[in-house]
Amino acid sequence: MKIRKSTIIAHAIAWSVSLIWIIPFLGVFMASIRPFDEVLSGWWNFESFHLTSQGYLGAWNHPTAPLSRAMLNSLIVTIPSTFLPILVAALAAYAFARFKFPSRDLLFLLIVLLQTVPQQMVIIPIFNLMLRLGLLNNYLGLILLHSSFGLPWMILFLRNFFSVLPVEVEEAARIDGASYFKIFYKIVLPMSLPALASIIALQFVWVWNDFFFALALIQNPRLKLATQAIPVMIGRYEINWTIISAASIMVMIIPVVVYVVLQRYYVRGLVAGAVKG
Amino acid sequence: MRHCKKKQDKTIAYGGAETKGRTITPLVFLIPAFLLVTIFVLYPVVSTVSLSLFQDSKFVGFNNYLELFGRRSFSQALIHNGLWILIHLPLSVFFGLLLAVLLRQVKGGAIIKSIIFLGMVIPLVVGGILFRFIYDTDAGVVNALLRFIGLGSIARSWTFYPDTALISLIIGTIWIWTGFSMIVYSAGLEGIPIELYEAAKIDGASRWKTFWRITVPMLRPATIVVVTMTLLWVLKVFDVVYVATFGGPGGASTVMAFEMYLDAFQAFNFGRASAIATILTLMTFGFAAYMVNRMAKS
Repeated sequence: MKIRKSTIIAHAIAWSVSLIWIIPFLGVFMASIRPFDEVLSGWWNFESFHLTSQGYLGAWNHPTAPLSRAMLNSLIVTIPSTFLPILVAALAAYAFARFKFPSRDLLFLLIVLLQTVPQQMVIIPIFNLMLRLGLLNNYLGLILLHSSFGLPWMILFLRNFFSVLPVEVEEAARIDGASYFKIFYKIVLPMSLPALASIIALQFVWVWNDFFFALALIQNPRLKLATQAIPVMIGRYEINWTIISAASIMVMIIPVVVYVVLQRYYVRGLVAGAVKG
Repeated sequence: MRHCKKKQDKTIAYGGAETKGRTITPLVFLIPAFLLVTIFVLYPVVSTVSLSLFQDSKFVGFNNYLELFGRRSFSQALIHNGLWILIHLPLSVFFGLLLAVLLRQVKGGAIIKSIIFLGMVIPLVVGGILFRFIYDTDAGVVNALLRFIGLGSIARSWTFYPDTALISLIIGTIWIWTGFSMIVYSAGLEGIPIELYEAAKIDGASRWKTFWRITVPMLRPATIVVVTMTLLWVLKVFDVVYVATFGGPGGASTVMAFEMYLDAFQAFNFGRASAIATILTLMTFGFAAYMVNRMAKS
């Protein structure tokens, strides 16, 4: 078989460009399993090579920001913030897709607009509100905020999905006397599992990765989330790369697992026009 | 993209006698979402706009805005966001397209794509850590490379110096966000009918010409998505700045969202912070509206 020259060039460029993207991940992994002094002389340096669990143990039991607690805290916030808004969004999206009601298109336009609102635009009134309600340093406040902030793009995404589902099944069920709500959860939701998977994947990762909302609403050191623990570990002058690399790996492994398991849905959701953030 | 194609309404038609059910039901379905969105998104947006007109509970009109534009730190931040867009956007589009086209024909391309896309999955806080790590004097791979090619004299912790902090971060976000443009362009490439290429081949068009005359125009919708999203992310960039440089040294890498954070939660000047947030949001809406408009046209 003759191999074309252009194919070889394409492979060479592709692999070398890809290497640029892979090296930092490789580096942070190597740094996380090697002693600090070896990392300082370069993780790519293999003249003396020792494995250590210091990094992972040090990050897990860190004196001021233990990841053992921070990651649990993050889960406590992320799981309800992922599942609570799904049902709420699906109901609203179904109404937008299937019913005619006054000023529907205007309301929908508002939803489209709201999904591009930056976090900075809501945080001050939210901070004041939570202060008044006693919900600062309280996960309930953060969960409500994340759930609500995720609603606009979920509604948009699900409405687009619902509106291309075949309507005939629903009409038949209606004629047979099923209520709207029954149609919704017996017929529509089961048909929408792929779309729901996209939402779960994206919202979970998005809430887990969030830093800004947590920074504003959670200041109690015991309650800090995983993304907040990392800046605490940096310290003022010298960074212990072994510990901070291990912490980075542990904090990113959760969203990476979600991505690997739900890859198709994750990418589809992101590409399908999540103008979110 | 897939679900947006059909525009026609598919409202349920059930015949006459159900007008009552048809107006009450949507209301019931909508109420939970609208309560949450109103309390936690809509009301705060309106409230932020109004807060931006006050200082210490006194109405000051547009004074906060005027004050902002008089401050060096804010104009600096504005310029930095602008530079960020100017540098990040073309490079991210270029690398995304390059990788999408190349990795399509390369063995193991799917795995490489998944790894490159990881930037879109990891927390940006970790992204900030990664930047500091690769730019570090001793532990960083960038400086090792410089020493290797004989430029060891300029090796240093790039994020620590006023003249290189910002550009270091910008290169970092290109690294993080190019996975998105690569994936969107990959999806776009899949959507180009193969017949077009066959026809071009029959006509004897060169590969280069085929790329510019068929691939690029067919990828226009993908480009609009990539440009919009990238613009919005870069406008709002915050986490990486906070972690990697804290806007420093001396404001050398500060951005609008970071200035907003400092004003709101370090200086507790809610009026001025609200003014920054409002400017940021207006810019976001402006870009988004412009792009949606272009998308509707094409």
